[in-house]
Amino acid sequence: MPTPLHIVVCAGIVPDPLQTLEPIAGPAGPGLKNEMVLPAVLDPWAACALYEAAALVAKYPGSKLWLVSLGPKAKLQAVMMTVAQKVSFEFVPIDGPIGGFPDAQATAAALVEAISTIQGLDNAKLLLFGGWESATRGAGVTLQLVGERLGITDQFQGVDQIEFRADGSFEVLERVEGGKHQVSTCAGTPAVLGWATGNLAEPRNNPQIGMANMRTVMPALQKAKSISIPADGLHYSSVTLPKQQRTTKVVKNLTPEEIAHELVAWIGAE
Amino acid sequence: MEYILALTHVDDTGYALTRASLEVVAAALALANQLEAPLTVGIIGANAASAANVLASSGARLLVVSGEPFAQARYATDAAACEALCRTARSTIVLAPASARLARVAAGVAHRLNGFIDTHIGSIAAGDTIQVTRWFYRQRIEAVLTRDTRPWFLLLDAGTHVAFSGHSGPAQVEEVVVSLPALRTTVAGLREPRQDQQTIRPDAKLLLVAGAGWTKKQPDGQIHATEAGSLILGFLHATGASLGSSKSLVDQGGDGSSVLPFLTHLNQIGQTGATPRHAKGLSTCCHGEEPHVVGWRFIADRRAISLDPNCGWTRGKADVVYVADAFHVIAKLNLLLEAKKL
Repeated sequence: MPTPLHIVVCAGIVPDPLQTLEPIAGPAGPGLKNEMVLPAVLDPWAACALYEAAALVAKYPGSKLWLVSLGPKAKLQAVMMTVAQKVSFEFVPIDGPIGGFPDAQATAAALVEAISTIQGLDNAKLLLFGGWESATRGAGVTLQLVGERLGITDQFQGVDQIEFRADGSFEVLERVEGGKHQVSTCAGTPAVLGWATGNLAEPRNNPQIGMANMRTVMPALQKAKSISIPADGLHYSSVTLPKQQRTTKVVKNLTPEEIAHELVAWIGAE
Repeated sequence: MEYILALTHVDDTGYALTRASLEVVAAALALANQLEAPLTVGIIGANAASAANVLASSGARLLVVSGEPFAQARYATDAAACEALCRTARSTIVLAPASARLARVAAGVAHRLNGFIDTHIGSIAAGDTIQVTRWFYRQRIEAVLTRDTRPWFLLLDAGTHVAFSGHSGPAQVEEVVVSLPALRTTVAGLREPRQDQQTIRPDAKLLLVAGAGWTKKQPDGQIHATEAGSLILGFLHATGASLGSSKSLVDQGGDGSSVLPFLTHLNQIGQTGATPRHAKGLSTCCHGEEPHVVGWRFIADRRAISLDPNCGWTRGKADVVYVADAFHVIAKLNLLLEAKKL
């Protein structure tokens, strides 16, 4: 059995995927129209990381789980009303801007500063979790940057599975091109794991877990440090919705055989 | 004055550059010509020098990092190699493929060099400034951006540029020595489905998207998951297409519902899946936003088979929608495709 793990999950909040998004230009750079009133959820791949982390903490007694999240306080609070009912964690909020347009480097610096304030966190036992890409910026770089700033040189991205061995080492499956997984073995913590989907289903809401979490979530939100994210030389020339609107031809009166003939010709056409 | 570096790596054979690497070389050559800037190509791999021969006619300075530690993709070794190549080239602009291997390390390397990084770049234009295009919010919003700061790392999505092709020959390469940290990770290799079960084919011209309708009750009141599976596999076998899936269909496995056994989360396209690039896409039994808006963003020619003539997600997204039962159409289609092969 590995020594107790200290797992820090970095997870942003993102607009609910079903919302229509419209970019607007603001004084601090581009943003989304009505961003503050759009319903938000925990970033999907980061949520997978959270559930995998909770499963490891449950499996290895003495382990601890922290959730570090950057966003406006009010939005964080709203999202935590649901997320806090899923799994037990200690919340480390950072009151800052939402969205995909702020720079990843500055975001990583803010996350590292927050992680360094966590009481009782032992870096030798650290597993830094998050999604391999966010649903906002989608760059897949923030977690790497946090890892580098923490001096962690065992990093894995697109992770679908981690399995610990008796000596504390672990095997990781990372997604690579062509629907394959790269299999690696790491000697042990510390390490960075950017999760893809993993293997766990989303836990059901448990009000008891929610009530226990909210006892620490609300005070943490009240104490959350406010930050701004500098642009660091990043300039947006344009931010637009794609204009491709296709003229869809709806074919209603063909038999399956006729459709099949048409598709054969289409597939074969260069 | 900009100094451009194209960071590349070898493919699974160990002796050739990946196609995505060759695309990056071509993009870097074009950028270097526009800016009248010197170009260096860095290659990582166990036998990187032999892979460099394909670039003999490129006119670029060729740097290689070779040796057994670089035979496989691993953060500690690849980051050290990339850092050494960037320092040797004194690069201000670094182009690299957004492959699993370099996407794993590029941000870390940028940080080591006090640089900045942008990924999933679709296009690069050089004028008074260098402007790049990338997508935000999972391919829903497109932005053009630039940076004042250097070095600037740009990871190019595969399929966005034409691959470099030139005369192969003995290339003059410079070996870059890398000092490695203590290695704690060993790479055992790749795990992949059996050859006949591999349904993800990035190089295929056609993407078949399977939606949750395949495992829903059919007009006879029964679920025909087994038949659905054999129809889909038959189509893939006949066409060599790649298979994408909606999230709802993949998730059914976790819910204990009827499933298509060859589907995994790796097939998933959309918000929490891939956004693959193929010339053509055929969606079947899909009724959600995800496959048609996000998953199909980079599919050029799109057709759909749907029972719902008013499906709002296909309207404006697909070129042609056939209002029909996909079970019947694919069955007929497979017969025609098999007959065509005979």
